[in-house]
Formats: sequence, structure tokens, C-alpha cells
Amino acid sequence: MRRLRWTTLLTHVVLLFGAFLAAMPFLWVITTSLKPNGALYQPPLLLPTHFEWENYRKAWEAAPFPRFFLNSAVMTVALTVLQTLLSAMAGYAFARLRFPGRNLLFFIVLGTLMIPFPVTLIPNFLTVNALGWVDTYQALIIPRAVSAFAIFLFRQFFLSIPKELEEAARIDGASPFTIFWRIVLPLSTPVLAASAIFSFLFAWNDFLWPLIVTNSTEMRTVQVGLATFQGQYGIFWTLLCAATVIVTLPALLAFLAAQRRFIEGITSTGLKE
Amino acid sequence: MHASRPLPLSRSPRRAREARSWPTALLFLLPAIVILGTFNVYPALYSLYLSFFEWNGFTPNRDWVGGGNYAQLVTSPEFWNSLKVTALYAGGVTLASLALGLLVAVLLNQPIRGRTFYRVLYFLPVITPTVAAGVVWKYLFDPTQGAVNNLLGSIGIHGPNWLVDPKWALLAVIIVGVWKRVGFNVVVYLAALQGVPRAYYEAAQIDGATPWQQLRYVTVPLLAPTTFFLVITSLIEAFQVFDLVYVMTAGGPLGATDVFGFYLYREGFKYSQLGFASAIAYVMFALIFLATVVQFRFTRGGQDA
Repeated sequence: MRRLRWTTLLTHVVLLFGAFLAAMPFLWVITTSLKPNGALYQPPLLLPTHFEWENYRKAWEAAPFPRFFLNSAVMTVALTVLQTLLSAMAGYAFARLRFPGRNLLFFIVLGTLMIPFPVTLIPNFLTVNALGWVDTYQALIIPRAVSAFAIFLFRQFFLSIPKELEEAARIDGASPFTIFWRIVLPLSTPVLAASAIFSFLFAWNDFLWPLIVTNSTEMRTVQVGLATFQGQYGIFWTLLCAATVIVTLPALLAFLAAQRRFIEGITSTGLKE
Repeated sequence: MHASRPLPLSRSPRRAREARSWPTALLFLLPAIVILGTFNVYPALYSLYLSFFEWNGFTPNRDWVGGGNYAQLVTSPEFWNSLKVTALYAGGVTLASLALGLLVAVLLNQPIRGRTFYRVLYFLPVITPTVAAGVVWKYLFDPTQGAVNNLLGSIGIHGPNWLVDPKWALLAVIIVGVWKRVGFNVVVYLAALQGVPRAYYEAAQIDGATPWQQLRYVTVPLLAPTTFFLVITSLIEAFQVFDLVYVMTAGGPLGATDVFGFYLYREGFKYSQLGFASAIAYVMFALIFLATVVQFRFTRGGQDA
């Protein structure tokens, strides 16, 4: 019994040390964001002796962060809704509708998952440019409005819904779209939630594509804004840390609110059993 | 609703039924086909085509150079440096995050309190925006004021000039890559561990196996498929790293962190060498394709898909 206690204690020591390393940057950025600019010599991870809430207001006003936020919010909401809905529709067709070429088409969709993003970068930039979409919301949204990964998630889930439910509705004369909208989707909240969280985090954290298809300050998203802010205000650590907290918070809150669903989503797709 | 409709369950020949459902299927699939076709399938082919040209993206005419871009790549020291840096980054992040992830998962799999607390805490870096993580770590690595050297100093180690020293910069970026990846491995490993029947360990204990032997001869072999999945996904992801390098070092100092993703970005969007950059992209594609094929072969993932 005593030996058991001793190993439990050791386990906690190791885990706490690891947790400290995982959390250390968060602690540092929060404490630094609240310090007066001249007081950096205070022990880095300890709370400041005087809270400088002004840093947040200054950071918010030093660059057009309200505008960056609006752009990211528009892109994130649009991508979350579109990716979830359009991918669910495609997933439903692959799981339940019969049509010629279904397997080939699904194979191609899966195949696109193998294409590394950088490979599509240049042609997509040329396409967006040719369409006159550079520096617009369309450029940020449309090219990623469907997610092959989400199609795969939805298809797997729909295959697990008993067919009888849909057949009963069909006998009553419901159209495929009614069945999808009224019966299948309401039964699919777990996968809808998982897909929406994946999309939300993807969109909010996204960097390379927004960097390339926007060039005016007014169209920058938060991540691109933060990267440029870093270049300009890099010496003002306190402001930079405040800006980083502002930009990170929505992603962290979304995760904490839905962490169980999100982790279930990861483990169910990560382990094909 | 429309009771007059013919019952779809009636036995029409299969072929006819399929043909009839084309319009419906099209309705459900059209957005996905159009968008994936235009922005995934077409560009994957088009960038291969582009890789045979010399083109700056602005002039109307492009010059066919055949395999010229690839020949230029293979003779370019920058390319080999980039390949080496990317391999070191991907290998370093994968190995370290796998070992640490397994360690944490095994510890968390014991009956201890606060498992959810730990799991969430370890996972936070995974969902942190990479740009934000890069910004914060860049300043944590500041040689005089950053927390990393402060902590090292408190145990009597004089830390290096991390991001300005070509000898240390890549290691610094790898550390951040590991920090961001470990939590993912922990979560996936933990799920796999929870599927291992307790009876295996009880049998091993009866045979007198020490905890270390149980880990070595029971846990690790049973986790092999999970490990394989994590190795491949981690390599593929790490091979494309961009945001972190863009924010922390911009490929420097002296090319010490010039990963493939950044090399491609620089050639394509800084120097407007679209054909040459497309060739870089295709080398990347080939390597990732290879890794994916290997994964498919080993896990037969295509069968249940």
C-alpha cells in the first residue's frame, strides 16, 4: 500500500512538471501582458505587482484589431457553417444515395486529403486572382467551403444510422432533402458538433492562405494581423503579449466549451478500429 | 406528404433506380464537387503542369523548360539545405513528441485523480493558433530577458542565443513544434491504452513482469498500430510547417530553419518564380505521397473507408 502511494506521488510530480511546461507560455504571456512596460525585470512568471490593464486597450488600438476581428469572425462563421452543411450533404449522398460513379467519386474525395496544402497554393492564388477576388471575403471563404475530411466524418456517421428510419419516412412520401433535413441531421448532433469545432478552430487559427489572398490592412485576419503587429511592435513586449492573448482567447474558449466532443472526434478518427 | 408518389421500395431494376437518383445525388453533391474540383483536384494537376515552365506570374507568356526546374532544384544548395532542415525538423518533432506523448499517456492511464485536468492542460497547445504560439515562444527564447534562459539560469546553465545562433535556432523551433504536438499524441495514445484489456497486465504480473517489462513487452507492441498512425500523420504535418518558421525566424539565421514550406513561399511569392516554386511543391507532394502509401499499406486503411 505504501509503495502504491509513493508511485502515485511520483506520477503526479512528473505529470505536474509536464503540465507546467505545457502551460508555461500561457502563464508568461498573461503575466507579461499585465505588466508596465518598464517592469519586465520582475520575475517572469509571477503576477505583476501592479496590474496594467491599459496594455489591452493600447494593443487593441495600436493596430486595427477590431477590423481584424471582424474579418476573422466573418471568415470563421462562414467556414464553420458552410463546411459543416455542404460536407454533411456530400457525406449523405455517399452514405445513402445510389448513383453511378459513387465509389470513384468518393475515392477522389479521399484522395484530395493527400494533397498537401502548399501544392494547391500557387494555382489557387492564380484562380482567385483571375476571378478578381484578391482582398475579398470570397477569397477567404469559397475555396475552403467544403472539407473532404468532414465529408469522410459525416459519411462514416451516416452509415451507422439505421436505414429503417429513413425508409419509413420515404414510404410516407418524404423527399430525400426532407429526410436529410428533418430526420438525419437532427440525429447527427455529435458529428455536427465535432465538425463545427474542427472548422471553427481551423478557420480562426488559419494563416498562410489569408496571408496570400489579402494585401490591404482592412482585409487582414487576426493571425495575419498579429504577425505584422509583431514585426512593428516587437519591442513592446507588454503590448505584444496583450495582443496575443486577445487573438488566442476565442480559440481557447471554443475548445474549453467543447473539449469533450472535440477530443472524442480526434480519437474516433485517429483510431480506425 | 405526397401519397401519390410511387413507392421507391418497389422492385424496379437496380440500374433504372440508380439513374433516377442521379438528379437527387447531384443536388447533394454539387457544391462539394465544384469546390473540391476547382480548388483541390484542378490545382494539384495544374501545379504539376506549371512546374515545367519558367514563369513570373505576370507576363502573358511562359517559357516551357521541361524538367529544367527540377534540374535546377537538384543542383541548388538551397534545396538540399531545405530538405535537410525539413527532415531534421520533422524527424525531431515526431520522435520527441511520440516518446513524451507515450510517457504522459501511460502515466495518465493509471487510476489517478485529475486525469481530465491534465489531459485538457496538455492539449491546450494543440489548439493554440500557431502564429500566437510562435510570437510567444520567440520572446520566451530571447537570450537575456526570455523565460527560457531565465529558467535555465536558475539551475546554473548559461543558455545560448537561441534564435540568432544558427547552431541553436532549429532546435528552438523543434522545441515549439514538440510543445504543440505532444498533447495530440497523448490524447490518441490514451484512447488506445484504454482499449487494452486489463487481463493482459494481470497475466504479466502473475508471470512476475516488472512495470518496465509490462511497458516494454505488453503496452508498446499493442500500441504499434497507433504509433504507426501517429508517426505518419506527424511526419506529414511537420513536413509542411510554415507559420511557426514565418513568425519565429523567417528561415534564418543563415538558412538554419529554412524549411520546405518557407522555401516554397519565398520562391513563389517573394521572388515570383511560380514555375520553380511549383517544382518545389511537387517534390513535397511526392514525399508526402510516399509516406501516405506506406501508411495505407501497413494499416490497410482503405478497406474500411
